[in-house]
Amino acid sequence: MAFIPHTEADVAQMLAAIGVKRIEDLFDEIPAQLRVKSLAGVPEELNEMEIGRLMSERARSDGVALSFLGAGAYEHHIPAAVWAITTRGEFYSSYTPYQAEASQGTLQLIYEFQTMIARLTGMEVSNASMYDGASAMAEAALMAVRANRKSKSARILVPTTVHPHYRRVAVVAASNQGLKFEELPYGAAEGSTPAAALAKYEGEDVTALVIQQPNFFGRLEDVDALTDWAHARGSLVIAVVNPTSLAVLKPPGEWGARGADIAVGEGQPLGVPLSSGGPYFGFMTTRMQHVRQMPGRLVGRTLDAAGHEGFTLTLQAREQHIRRARATSNICTNQGLLVTAATIYLSLMGPQGMARTAASAHARARELVAALMRVPGVRLAFAGAYFHEAVLQLDRPVAPVLKALAARGILGGLDLSAYYPELGAALLVCATETKSAADIERYRATLQDAMQAVRAA
Amino acid sequence: MSNVPADLKYTKSHEWVRTLKDGTLEIGITDHAQHALGDLVFVEVPEAGRTVKSGEPCAVVESVKAASDVYAPVAGSVTEGNARLAAEPETLNSEPYGSGWLMRLKPAPGALAKAELMPAADYQKMLDAEGG
Amino acid sequence: MRVREKVIYEYSHPGRGASDQWPHDPGQAALSDLPATLRRTRAPELPEVGELETVRHFTRLSQLNFSIDTHFYPLGSCTMKYNPRACNQYAMLPELLARHPLAPESHGQGFLACMYELQEMLKAVSGMEGVALSPMAGAHGEFAGVAMIRAYHRARGDLARNEIIVPEAAHGTNPATATMCGCVVREIPVDAQGDVVLQALKAAVGPNTAGIMLTNPSTLGVFERHIVEVARIVHEAGGLLYYDGANLNAILGKVRPGDMGFDVIHMNLHKTFSTPHGGGGPGAGAVGVGARLLPFMPIPIVGKDGERYRWLAESDLPQSIGRLSAFMGNAGVLLRAYIYMRLLGREGMRRVGEYATLNANYLLKRLQAAGFDAAYPQRRASHEFIVTLRRQARELNVTAMDFAKRLLDYGFHAPTTYFPLLVPECLLIEPTETESKDVLDAFVTAMSQIQKEAEQEPGRVTSAPHTMPVRRLDDVRAARQLDLTWKPTAQP
Repeated sequence: MAFIPHTEADVAQMLAAIGVKRIEDLFDEIPAQLRVKSLAGVPEELNEMEIGRLMSERARSDGVALSFLGAGAYEHHIPAAVWAITTRGEFYSSYTPYQAEASQGTLQLIYEFQTMIARLTGMEVSNASMYDGASAMAEAALMAVRANRKSKSARILVPTTVHPHYRRVAVVAASNQGLKFEELPYGAAEGSTPAAALAKYEGEDVTALVIQQPNFFGRLEDVDALTDWAHARGSLVIAVVNPTSLAVLKPPGEWGARGADIAVGEGQPLGVPLSSGGPYFGFMTTRMQHVRQMPGRLVGRTLDAAGHEGFTLTLQAREQHIRRARATSNICTNQGLLVTAATIYLSLMGPQGMARTAASAHARARELVAALMRVPGVRLAFAGAYFHEAVLQLDRPVAPVLKALAARGILGGLDLSAYYPELGAALLVCATETKSAADIERYRATLQDAMQAVRAA
Repeated sequence: MSNVPADLKYTKSHEWVRTLKDGTLEIGITDHAQHALGDLVFVEVPEAGRTVKSGEPCAVVESVKAASDVYAPVAGSVTEGNARLAAEPETLNSEPYGSGWLMRLKPAPGALAKAELMPAADYQKMLDAEGG
Repeated sequence: MRVREKVIYEYSHPGRGASDQWPHDPGQAALSDLPATLRRTRAPELPEVGELETVRHFTRLSQLNFSIDTHFYPLGSCTMKYNPRACNQYAMLPELLARHPLAPESHGQGFLACMYELQEMLKAVSGMEGVALSPMAGAHGEFAGVAMIRAYHRARGDLARNEIIVPEAAHGTNPATATMCGCVVREIPVDAQGDVVLQALKAAVGPNTAGIMLTNPSTLGVFERHIVEVARIVHEAGGLLYYDGANLNAILGKVRPGDMGFDVIHMNLHKTFSTPHGGGGPGAGAVGVGARLLPFMPIPIVGKDGERYRWLAESDLPQSIGRLSAFMGNAGVLLRAYIYMRLLGREGMRRVGEYATLNANYLLKRLQAAGFDAAYPQRRASHEFIVTLRRQARELNVTAMDFAKRLLDYGFHAPTTYFPLLVPECLLIEPTETESKDVLDAFVTAMSQIQKEAEQEPGRVTSAPHTMPVRRLDDVRAARQLDLTWKPTAQP
């Protein structure tokens, strides 16, 4: 029980060595009135067979639906090798590589990860990861305030086309430190951020501009113009990007004349299962000139006492265990296990596999939109190119339609009415390479029925 | 034993101050401080033109095991940060009182008189008391 | 022994790849609608390697690591206990992995039931009134906790309370978190026996006190004996008490933070509830609160209406400090903690604290008998304890770091070194309850052997390790000549 290997004889010998009679005596410094009276809220133990059965039953009851949900978490094929290796005990049950000599596997892997993420984003340096995409964006805003010394306003412009949850997380994480987030409206026709939205900030002190590409609606922003606008006015640019899309879309390092200053994003599409929202990982990259302002862990290559190469954590003096109240962030972990999965995933995919995945997801999304537009009462909300998600508008309420679809095993997308009430009955749909032509046809046919059912009701 | 040159003034937080001929102050950290920090890997110096208050953190020195703020011993405006330290932070380890200086500062009127500086003998006594 | 595994880019050949993993090529026409100005013009430089090469490379990398599955890992403050395989296997059932975070509640009653029951069990073992699961690490939980303390004072119009009191022995995250929440940190000393100096606490509290952050047992490996008095002083001054759950394993099933008077706590599920450390994450830092902070808990939380589980959102908790992650935090980690807690059950919980404490006290006594100095010899160990090698450093010029490195050669991961900062040349040793007496005895033998080496051939110890894939690494070079990404021509 409790994975405790002690025999009675062991316990007797150990107590004798300590010089006490009972285990209870070891708690004699704790005031007696504090002792636990009841743990009634914890059920009796289950053995492994019983918990296996319970979990299998619960999992079966949730089932696996045909899902067209995206909105920041994306279904992709995950090669079998990814998690077979990631869950090896040497990765799974090791800790932060503070003893570098006994952690070269984890350290080298993170170095490879940093390299791949830097190349994918077209930036110079990557950290060892953050909690998730949303927290990475919040940390990027805090970092921008440290890095942009000319700006005194701590003012961050965030288009409303940035994921609504990310915007909330940033406010929660950073507003206690005096950051001010101001939202930029999107163009109603095109669903992206127009240059006109920036006009009112002309001549004002803006610390940084956030740009999400593709944006929450799946649409492509004019990243070059937005980046150049910001740089011309002394603002930094924080890119929020989908890593799959970077195989075909211009990387943040090449946005505008000078490139973005910080690029972050959700790493989940890189070999991490959807798993109800986590664990995922956020990635963060920047230029070398800002490396000391970057939060989180960094691994560097160096030499050992014998002159051979090896890997170690570096720039640790920025971190909380040394810098305490003056640390760049209170973060002490990265999402090591997910970084392991992503590094294996990116190795198996390589440039060709990533390009095919991105192109295939894009192609499937276009097929999906084309198919659903054939359903009476469905139209595309925004004109212009999108990556693998798009906003549809229905001529009747979305919630009952989604409910009818779900009852037939299809998760039809995200109802946007709570997030963007001005869009009316709007639905964000997504398709990736995992969707077949038959899946798309099944959705179309079922949607057609569901729309009729809702009208009839 | 730490090296404590007799011609400089010192602070409790281990900065030294040298008065140059034109009245400008040259400021650095002591041999004791650089030794306690260990091999420095990064030094951030203030930009010229910055105004600092006495006791305000104005530079950062970082080794692999510690990162410390350096406090302005005297109020004034920075005339120069030692640019060499960006590329060669080790200079501060090897020549803390020479080419490892951190910044030069034009003291605000009357600031030097108000500053809490001690002569070398007192600083040495303080180090002895600390066991250094 | 020297094993060099090439950087994966060094295996790369143009045109090679694990093509069985790729979708079919949809052709260039598939991208024709994307504006050329927004397209990538050069493919990203990712390695081009075959599947077997990839599997072999990462398997070899794994073999360069120490881990709980392969080595005793007595890393103080980190609770490196066995991570039961069942927790991983049943958290990775295909339906659980496939579930989208925004999937409707109708398609997640099984998952939500696990989350709800986890909240309930954590309430029971912590003695708190409410639990929120979304913080993604201990430090994230700390952030949520201090943010709730601030929100509480603000909601009462008590705007001056912005000071957080932290004992000098605290984890570095505590002051870092307080700063992130816009608070000012006041450090107070601890006495020679490791307890908070009550006079200093009394002098520190006042109308600006937002709260105090405490770890109990403290980072010094001893139980704060004045905890009831500390709680009274802080509460009477109008502040709240924050419990850093880093050391919860020491008292699990024996004493509950809620009963000690804490108003808010975080629990490191990757420590006490045995979810994997994963080479440095993911963690999970669930927060528990007393009645006063219930309205401020971070969302989402799982609620139950009759037999149906549902997400509680901002409309249910209008005073919530808000959302901390894009979705539900580290849900898969939470599932592992749930499975672990169900496997242990009520009686198992009690045994964790007992046997963690037994192992620590036994190991401490054995090391003392072998001639090592305890930092707090008058005190009981909690689930961990501190040995100080100040004497060895002075007399033999062999430091705690040298002992730590030499332990690697003996097949043991090193204890935590140079933390807490208060104790010179320290090793913070936490064996956990899942280690057998045999392993603890072998560790004592290794420490004695290293002591002998330190006396007879100190160079052997000060130049350790000798059997790892690399020798000691040049950290100064790493920081001065930053090499953070691989480049085709780069020589280290």
